[in-house]
Amino acid sequence: MEYFIQQLINGVTLGSIYGLIAIGYTMVYGIIGMINFAHGDIFMIGAFISLITFLVLGIIGITWIPLALLIVLLVSMIIASIYGWTVERLAYRPLRGSFRLAPLISAIGMSIFLQNYVQLLQGARVRPMQPVISGGFTFLEGSAFSITVSYLQIVIVLLTIILMTAFALIISRTSLGRAQRGCEQDRTMSALLGINVDRTISLTFVMGAALAAVAGMLFVLYYGVIDFYIGFLAGVKAFTAAVLGGIGSLPGAMLGGLLIGLIETYWSAYFSIEYKDVAAFAILVLVLIFRPTGLLGKPEIEKV
Amino acid sequence: MKEVSTTPPELVIPSGADPLLTVEHLTMRFGGLVAIDDVSFSAGKGEITAIIGPNGAGKTTLFNCITGFYTPTVGRLTLTARGEEYLLERMDGFRIAQKAHVARTFQNIRLFSEMSVLENLIVAQHNELMRASGFTVTGLFGLGGYRKKEKEAADLARYWLDKVNLTHLADINAGNLPYGDQRRLEIARAMCIKPTILCLDEPAAGLNPKESSELNKLLIYIKDEHDIGLLLIEHDMSVVMEISDHVVVLDYGSKISDGTPLYVRSDPNVIRAYLGEDEDEALPPEVAADIAKDFDPENREGV
Amino acid sequence: MNQSNNNTTAIDFKALLKESGIAALVALGLAIVLVGFKTVDTPTGMDITTRWVWVVVAVASVFVGRLAFAVRRESKASRAPVHVDMKAKENRAAIIVNRFSTIGGPLFIGFALVLPFMPFADRYVVDVATYVLIYVMLGWGLNIVVGLAGLLDLGYVAFYAVGAYSYALFAAYFDLSFWVCLPLAGLCAAGFGVLLGFPVLRLRGDYLAIVTLGFGEIIRVILLNWYEFTGGPDGLSGIPRPSFFGLELKRTAAEGEQTFHQFFNLDYSTMHRLIFLYYLILILALLTNFFTIRIRKMPIGRAWEALREDEIACRSLGINPTNTKLTAFALGAMFAGFAGSFFATRQAFISPESFTFIESAVILAIVVLGGMGSQVGVAIAAVLLIGGTELFRGLEEFRMLAFGGLMVAIMVWKPRGLLAHREPTIKLHPNGAPPPIKQAATEGGVK
Repeated sequence: MEYFIQQLINGVTLGSIYGLIAIGYTMVYGIIGMINFAHGDIFMIGAFISLITFLVLGIIGITWIPLALLIVLLVSMIIASIYGWTVERLAYRPLRGSFRLAPLISAIGMSIFLQNYVQLLQGARVRPMQPVISGGFTFLEGSAFSITVSYLQIVIVLLTIILMTAFALIISRTSLGRAQRGCEQDRTMSALLGINVDRTISLTFVMGAALAAVAGMLFVLYYGVIDFYIGFLAGVKAFTAAVLGGIGSLPGAMLGGLLIGLIETYWSAYFSIEYKDVAAFAILVLVLIFRPTGLLGKPEIEKV
Repeated sequence: MKEVSTTPPELVIPSGADPLLTVEHLTMRFGGLVAIDDVSFSAGKGEITAIIGPNGAGKTTLFNCITGFYTPTVGRLTLTARGEEYLLERMDGFRIAQKAHVARTFQNIRLFSEMSVLENLIVAQHNELMRASGFTVTGLFGLGGYRKKEKEAADLARYWLDKVNLTHLADINAGNLPYGDQRRLEIARAMCIKPTILCLDEPAAGLNPKESSELNKLLIYIKDEHDIGLLLIEHDMSVVMEISDHVVVLDYGSKISDGTPLYVRSDPNVIRAYLGEDEDEALPPEVAADIAKDFDPENREGV
Repeated sequence: MNQSNNNTTAIDFKALLKESGIAALVALGLAIVLVGFKTVDTPTGMDITTRWVWVVVAVASVFVGRLAFAVRRESKASRAPVHVDMKAKENRAAIIVNRFSTIGGPLFIGFALVLPFMPFADRYVVDVATYVLIYVMLGWGLNIVVGLAGLLDLGYVAFYAVGAYSYALFAAYFDLSFWVCLPLAGLCAAGFGVLLGFPVLRLRGDYLAIVTLGFGEIIRVILLNWYEFTGGPDGLSGIPRPSFFGLELKRTAAEGEQTFHQFFNLDYSTMHRLIFLYYLILILALLTNFFTIRIRKMPIGRAWEALREDEIACRSLGINPTNTKLTAFALGAMFAGFAGSFFATRQAFISPESFTFIESAVILAIVVLGGMGSQVGVAIAAVLLIGGTELFRGLEEFRMLAFGGLMVAIMVWKPRGLLAHREPTIKLHPNGAPPPIKQAATEGGVK
C-alpha cells in the first residue's frame, strides 16, 4: 500500500510534466489542426536552456534558490518562446493551404533539425546536473516502506497548478483567448472580423513553447540528466496524453498528462520497466482506435 | 360508389407505381439536434425527384443518410432496382455505391484533382475493373482479359465525356478544369458507376444561366435515355419547376409538402416556409408577384 | 522623388534595415544561450565555456542574409509585374521531367548494370553503391504507401526490421536458405503490415502517422528487450550469406559442394561476393520499381491515388477504403521486408540500432525530396542523400542536421518534391488532344 501511494506521488509528478507539454500539442492542434512534431524538441531546448542558466547563475554567484529558480524559469520561457515563434514562422506558416501532409513532414524535418542542432552545439553525451532542491517530507518512517514527498515534487505540482490556472484564465478571459477560440472555430471568419490570425497562431505557438520550457526546467530538476534526445520520447508521450484527454481540450491535456504519468509509473513499478515506453505507445494506439475523440474531446462530425 | 376527385389531375402526387427509393420514417439526430424528423417519401424510376427547402432544412443530411455517409438514427431506406431490394440503412457507406449502385455528387465538388479527367471516370468503374483484373493478381501479368475490360471502361468514359462535352480535355488534370466543367465531370463520374439512382447535391450552384440550361438538358437526357431515378437538391426554383416530376419540401427537418411541382407551388405550407410564419400579414402584391414569377418556369431568365 | 515618371518605386531602405534588425534580434535570442554557452564535462561536474564569436557570426549572418533577401524581394516587387504564364511554365517543367524519366530512367538502370565493371569500381564503390541501392529500394517501397496511397507511414523501418529479423531467425532456427527466406520475410512483413493496418488505417492522416511511429518504436523496444529470441541490444550475428544458384561464395566449399570460383574456374576473390550482393539488391530494387510502375496502371493503383486525393469521393464510388489502403500498406511493408532480409544477409549482423525512428525519417526524406509518386525522383534523392553523405563522411554530425533542414526547405519551396510531375496512367488522346467540338458546346453537348 505504501509502495502504491509512493508511486501515486511519483506518477502525479511525472504527469504534471507531461501535462505541461501536452498543452502545446493540444492548442496547436486545436487552432491549425496539425501535430507540431517539433514540440517535444522545444521542450528539450527548454531543458538545455534551464541547465545552462543554472550553471551560469552558479558561476556568477546567485545561489539563493527561489531567485535562481525564478530567473531560470523566465529565461527558459522567453528563449523557448522565441524558438517556438521561429519554428512556426519558418516551417509552418509558409505551408498554410499546402497539401495536407506537408506541415507534418515539415514538422518532422524541424524536429530532426533541432535535435541535431542541440547535439552539435552541446554534445551528444548526457548532461548531468547537481540537485538544486533536495530534501522532503517522509511519512511512516518506522515501517518497512516509508513514503517520501520531496520538496521538488511539491514545487513541480504547485508550479504546474499555478501555470494551468493562469493559462485557463488567459484562454477564457482575455481577448487573446477569445481570438484563439475564434480561430479554432473558423479562421476565415475570424480574419473577416478583424482578428489577426497569423499573430494569434504565432502566440499560440509561443504559449505552448513557454509551457514546454517550464516542463523542460522541471525535467532537469527532477531527473538531473538530459540529452538531446529526450524530446522525442517525452513528445510522443505528451502527444499521447493530449489525444487521451481529447485533442483540442485543455483540461483534457492535463488529465491525459496525469493519466499517462500514472500509467507509466505503475507500469514500471509493477510490470516491467523495460517495456514502459511500449505502455505509452500501446495506449496511444488503443485510444486512437477505440475513442479517437479522447476522454474530454468533442465528437467530430464528418463534413461531406 | 362514385368518387368525386376534388384535386385537379396535375396536382396528384406522382409515382408510387414504380418506386425506386422508399424512405420511411427517417430520423437523424446529432446529439440533441434533430436534423431530420420522421421524413417519408418515395422516388420513382424514370423520374426527377427534387428535394427543396430553406437552408438548414436537412436536405444534405438526407442525402448523406441515403448515400451511407451517416447512419440514420431511425428509419428505413429501401432501394428496389434491377430485381433486388437493398436496405440502405444497414449497409456500409461504400457498399451502397458498390452493391446498390447509388451514385452521388457533392455540394462542394469532390474530384480527384491531381488525376486526369479520364482517370476520374475510370476510377469510378473500380469494382468492375478489380474483378476483371483478378483483384490485381492476373491483371498484373496481363492475363484474364483485363485489357479488354479496361478498353470497355475507357469507352464508357468516352461516352459520358461526349455527353458532358469534355472529350477534348480528357487527359488534363481534373483540378485544372473550370468550375462548370468540374460540375459536369462529377456528374459524368457518378454515371460511370452505372447507377440505379443518381443523387445530385445542388448541381446548378454557381453555374451561369447558359450552363444551367445545358445541365437541365443533361439531366433530362439521363432520365429519359438511361431510365434511372434522379434525386436532386436544388435551390434554384426555376430549375426545379422546369425539370422535376416530383417535389419534396423539407423545413426544419420535417416534410411539409410532397407532390407535383404545380401542387407544391400552390401549397400554403410551402409558401409559409419560404416567406415566414406570419399569416395575418398580407403579402405586398409586388412580393407575391415576384414569388410567383420565381416559381414559374416560363419567366426564367436566360432561357 | 518622382514616382509618376517611372513605375519603379524607390526601395525604403529604412524599413528594410528595421526588418533585418528584428530578424537579427530574434537570432540573438535564439543563439545567446544555446550557442553562446557550451556545457563541458569536468572531473568535478559540469562547467561552462563561452563562444561569443559564434553568436556574433550567427547574428551578423542572419542580418546580412535577411537584408539581401529583403532587397531582392523589394527590387523584384518594384519592377513592373512580369506576366508569368504559369501554364506554359508547368508544361515546360512537365516536358523536362518527362524527358528525364524516359531517358534518365533507362540511363540510370544502364549505369547501375555496368557499374561493378567500371575501372573506378573498387570494393568501396561497390559497397557504397549496394548501400545506396538498399535505400533506393526502401524509398520505392515507401513510395507506394506515401506517394501513391497518401498514407504517411512514420514507422516504415519496423517492417524493414521485421524482414531482417525474420530472415535471421528463419535461417538460424530452420536452417533455410536465403532464397526460401526472402519471400518468407516479405510475407512476414506484409503480415505485420496487415495486422497493424487493419485497426489503424481508418484513422485520419496525421493520427495514422503518429500511430505508425508508435508501432515502429514498439517493435524496436521489443527487439531490444526480448533477449532469448532477438539477442537484445547485442543483436544477431552469423547470419548466413546467400548462394548463387546453390554455389557458395566462399573460399572453400562444404564437403561435396562447389564454390562459385571453382565452378566458373576463377581465382577466388572477395569481390565476387560484393558484386553478387550488388546485383542482388539491384534486381530486388528494379523488381520493386517495375511492380510499382505496373500496379499504378491497375485499378488498385488508381484507387490508391484516388484515395490520396479524396477519400469521401472514393466511398461515394463504391471503393472500399480500408481494404484499398491495407493493400498499399501491406505491399509497402512487403518490399521493406525484402530489403530487410537483404540487409541482414549483407551485414551478417543485425541489431535494433539499425532500426531507429531516424531511419524511417531518412527513408521518408528520400520519398519527399524525390517527389512523392515519382520513381526516378526517389532514386535520385536516395543517391543524393545516402551517396552524398557517404562523400562527406567527415561531416557526419552535420548529416542529420542537413536532412532535417532539407525536409523543411523542400516542403516550403516545393511541397510536391523535386520531380513531381505526374503522367496519367491512361490516355484518351495519346497523341495530343483534339480541338474542342464547338458545335456540340452550343447544343449543350447532349443530343
